[in-house]
Amino acid sequence: MAQQVMRQPSVSRSASTPAGRLSSRALLYLCVLIGAVVSMFPFFWTLVSSGKSIQEMYYYPPTLWPAAPQFLANYTEVFSTVPFAQWFVNTVVVTVFSLIGTVLSATIVAYAFARFRFPGRDIFFFITLATIMLPVEVTLIPTYLLFKNFNWIDTYLPLIVPSWFGGGAFNIFLMRQFILTLPLDLDEAAKIDGASSWRILWTIIVPLCKPAIATMATLGFIGNWNNFLGALIFLNTESKYTLAVGMRYFQSAVAQGSASISKPQDHLLMGAAIMFALPCLILFFLAQRYFVQGIATSGIKG
Amino acid sequence: MRRREALEGILYLSPWIIGFLVFVAGPLIASFVLSFTKYNVLRPPTFIGLQNYIFAFTKDELFLPSIVRSLYFAVLLVPLGMAGSLILALLLNQKLWFTTLWRTMYFLPTLTPLIAAALLWRWMLNPDVGLVNYLLSLIGIKGPGWLSSIEWAVPALVLMGLWASVGGSRMIILLAGLQDVPKELLEAAEMDGANSWTKFWKVTLPMVSPTLFFNLVLGIIFALRTFETAFITTNGGPARATWFISLHIYQSAFVTFDMGYASALSWLFMLILFVITYSQFKLSGQWVFYPGEKQ
Repeated sequence: MAQQVMRQPSVSRSASTPAGRLSSRALLYLCVLIGAVVSMFPFFWTLVSSGKSIQEMYYYPPTLWPAAPQFLANYTEVFSTVPFAQWFVNTVVVTVFSLIGTVLSATIVAYAFARFRFPGRDIFFFITLATIMLPVEVTLIPTYLLFKNFNWIDTYLPLIVPSWFGGGAFNIFLMRQFILTLPLDLDEAAKIDGASSWRILWTIIVPLCKPAIATMATLGFIGNWNNFLGALIFLNTESKYTLAVGMRYFQSAVAQGSASISKPQDHLLMGAAIMFALPCLILFFLAQRYFVQGIATSGIKG
Repeated sequence: MRRREALEGILYLSPWIIGFLVFVAGPLIASFVLSFTKYNVLRPPTFIGLQNYIFAFTKDELFLPSIVRSLYFAVLLVPLGMAGSLILALLLNQKLWFTTLWRTMYFLPTLTPLIAAALLWRWMLNPDVGLVNYLLSLIGIKGPGWLSSIEWAVPALVLMGLWASVGGSRMIILLAGLQDVPKELLEAAEMDGANSWTKFWKVTLPMVSPTLFFNLVLGIIFALRTFETAFITTNGGPARATWFISLHIYQSAFVTFDMGYASALSWLFMLILFVITYSQFKLSGQWVFYPGEKQ
């Protein structure tokens, strides 16, 4: 320990000379840049590949740009090979209805946890947190059997309805943390003016919770948009599939009884992947301003 | 007044209470009961005592290896991912230009649908014509078979997981945590002659250790639960090299429709997760520092 302290001054002196500082800054930017390129490259690569012919997909060495770009043709073929438009609409329906439920119910439940005193509140909150750790597998089978009894298999209800009852432990937690940071005086003042707690929630709390709601909505959108296991288990009919499950049709290995799709479709897969990912990316860019703040709030200290 | 507040609170909480009873507590009890039965959905369940559990440990050759495999995956992915996120957060905390732009670029993989990412990586990791092995060949390395190789399949999934998670929410939370490290502490350490290395280990790291701990616990749980990536890219292969516990449970429940056995497996899995999480909390006292806590 003492040695480390002794050694110290020489290091800081070299870094504080103008030249030393400049080169360490340059090195820093280089590291950040390399990381960003690695992070972004798969996107670029998917985009490039989505304009290639199926033969060119297998060229070695790989070509950095399609020799004869056929973006439009490939993207159109995606729609004619599989019911992509139908799946897209299905995914939008499931995602939107599930998301509305998530945001509404998580907000209301978090409001209960953050602003009301009632017996058992802390135990309930602890249970909520504990359910984050619960593996899906352990509740999946009875839930499947339950929905089977309701005759809900092969409908979107199993993918939508559970979201309306609490919206998930993580979202409740995120919202509660956020509401706790809002000054209680605002509520009190409104209460004195005769506002009901329901009114306080919608006119005071919710408008101030935009970052948390934006975070929840963005993550919730991505989560639902991608929900694979649920769609895999609960949906059977091809025309009812969501994109997450439908995407598998492009895999050469998966010939799901659908004879039309048995040859490798890797070039179409790339275009489909881009179109699949696009709504999530757009949403992120729209919500970005709030998003970082919202996520940071959830970073509990222990 | 108090009474009214309590009633209103419980009223607002009611969606959660119903949801918890119907979708969590109920199913939890049901799967526990089912785990002592033989049940194939078509016929009513028959009670068979502990046989499912005995079968799992004595006859099922896939169960224990699948647990070990999931643990192997988590042990590789989580520490590497956390170190990666921390390094990235430290880099981005250096008052750079265009921080927002960098952050967005790093966050993008997290936004990619898991399924799209899995299929994409399957393509990039193709041993013969894939991009990764091509790039490796440029620097004179003969790339491995990745997803088609028994030894490299799990590392390949780890690679995919790292790409998808290093710059994600965990990094943003850590970045926020780093910005919360009190300036006075760092300055005080500097006055005492600490260099940036010492400052990192003695000040910054302890201050963000609660955030790291939180992410460690959740990260391990999520890694052990990994299903989609393995299901799509390798479907458990080659030669069961990526046959994780989640795939084993899925197979028992929804392919062979052995609901009783699958319930037993999922309870065993949950117990394992519980033991791991519990021991992390027990061990955390040795390395996690809570600034507000009395010494």
